[in-house]
Amino acid sequence: MALTATPTLTGSVRPSFRARWLAKDGWVRRAPLLPALLFVIVLTQLPFVATLVISLMRWNSNYPDDIGFTGFSNFSKVFTDEHLRSAVFVTIEMTVVVVLVSLLLGLGVALLLNRHFFGRGIVRTLMIAPFLIVPVAAALFWKHGIYNPVYGLLNGLLTLVHGPQVDWITQYPRLAVDVQLIWQWTPFMMLILLAGLQSRPGEVLEAAAVDGASPWKVFRFITVPHLRRYLELGALLGSVYIVQNFDTVYTLTAGALGTANLPYQVYETLYSANDYGLASAQGVIVVIGSILIATFALRTVSTLFTEEVSR
Amino acid sequence: MTTLATPSAPTVPGPVRGPRAARSATKPGSTSTRRGTAIAGVVAWVVALLFFFPVLWMVLTSFHSEPDAAGNPPKLFAPLTLDGYRTFFGAASGASPWPPLINSAEASVVSTLLVLCLAVPAAYALAVKPVRRWTDVMFFFLSTKMLPVVAGLLPLYIIAKQIGALDTMWYLILLYTAMNLPIAVWMMRSFLAEVPPALFEAASLDGAGIVRTLRSVVVPIASPGIAATALICFIFSWNELLLANTLTSTVAQTAPVFLTSFVTSQGLFLAKVSAAATVISLPVLIAGFAAQDKLVQGLSLGAVK
Repeated sequence: MALTATPTLTGSVRPSFRARWLAKDGWVRRAPLLPALLFVIVLTQLPFVATLVISLMRWNSNYPDDIGFTGFSNFSKVFTDEHLRSAVFVTIEMTVVVVLVSLLLGLGVALLLNRHFFGRGIVRTLMIAPFLIVPVAAALFWKHGIYNPVYGLLNGLLTLVHGPQVDWITQYPRLAVDVQLIWQWTPFMMLILLAGLQSRPGEVLEAAAVDGASPWKVFRFITVPHLRRYLELGALLGSVYIVQNFDTVYTLTAGALGTANLPYQVYETLYSANDYGLASAQGVIVVIGSILIATFALRTVSTLFTEEVSR
Repeated sequence: MTTLATPSAPTVPGPVRGPRAARSATKPGSTSTRRGTAIAGVVAWVVALLFFFPVLWMVLTSFHSEPDAAGNPPKLFAPLTLDGYRTFFGAASGASPWPPLINSAEASVVSTLLVLCLAVPAAYALAVKPVRRWTDVMFFFLSTKMLPVVAGLLPLYIIAKQIGALDTMWYLILLYTAMNLPIAVWMMRSFLAEVPPALFEAASLDGAGIVRTLRSVVVPIASPGIAATALICFIFSWNELLLANTLTSTVAQTAPVFLTSFVTSQGLFLAKVSAAATVISLPVLIAGFAAQDKLVQGLSLGAVK
């Protein structure tokens, strides 16, 4: 029974007791972990394995007698079908645009909020609010209350300045989706970056101030290197969530006008076309995309995590 | 003393600038930083109000009459009324929103309780007396969170259809529990790791078993962390649409699914839609502001404090 926890033996408690306490290894110590582990494996990993299997099958619930294995034909269908190929590109474009813009906006707001000005707490609270509106509710209100060509807020404001009237969603469908998502995700980025800014080492900042470093130099040589991992974390977690976005696309445009992303397409193939094999292949492609992002995300989290543990 | 003054003469052109520059570098309260902070404050207020305005407009519109809500140009100071809420809750306007709201509350609360029952012991095994290779277990949990919901949507749908679990609350509750468990384990571990281990050892000295240690030591000590975890799991369950939309229809319909019935325009209905969006967002707003300080930690899966 190798003691993995040997470093902690230097604690103030009598070593003999502590050693015995930690040595009580085996199933007694693992037991509390098992229910959670089993639960997650059964409900998230097994379904994905099933998706992998079904993605290789010819299975349309409209033709229950014609079920069998087809190899990779579902996958080649995803890449040859015009709609599905466009869904792949829409997903990439949406993720990149929303993550980058909300990251930059979030960085700007976080830098502002890092100063001590009047009503800073209120500003922070106001900024968080968009993120705390239920995504469907937010998309719904943006659709009717803000983008609507007749009574939406945007055209209402344009009327005030005698501007033109625009049918926002019809004329700029992708922009409409992106802007709504950026509005919801900027607070998320801001929260992560603000936490990063506030964890900057105080002594280093003081030393820089004593040496007479200009604000720009402090930003360039202290803040940016320190924030790098928080920027990465924000970008990666944001990507993980936005790659899977369904609510906004479903509510704002119902996938019309070239805004259907892959998660929406999976839902559509499953519901309207009843093509289980094809829907699974699309799901597998979303997962491959997510794994690419997730690998980097896990590495970033792991760096922050090891630092915290070793502290 | 001319010999002392000469060396500084070439570098410092004016007699005033030297001391002032030195002061502004050392003291944060100097005029230039104060002005900078004032400008930052004004800009921050403007940006925050811009971001907040759609929320404010949504709430305000929900208290306007339908004709006023549909005004173009917008009527900011239209008289306030509860008509939007009356039509939303009134049975006359179609299906009542109460069953979906109650379903959402049930799914969120029950799944959150289940999550805590599973996550607190797991976090204890990962933080207090870490099992071997505990970091691998942590990253396994995290990686499941990176797996999109669509990855398992179809099998979950087929299984539900086979075993008659379509449109049932318990199936949704189980899935929401699995969805939030990784986040909860990560959050709870970071909270438990902050508790001095001596406290847990004392309980073990008294000969308390794992169940008693959890109940009478871990839960009371970690209650602020448990509360924050619960609020974040509640928010995620309450917001969820894709699973609920696929797996429920009438009996187990949740509030977000109910909201999607307003996707297509139905004449003058903006005040009603705003009221609906406000009512359904209210629990999340309350939970979110209550957990404000721990929000980042939850959203970043415990990676950021």
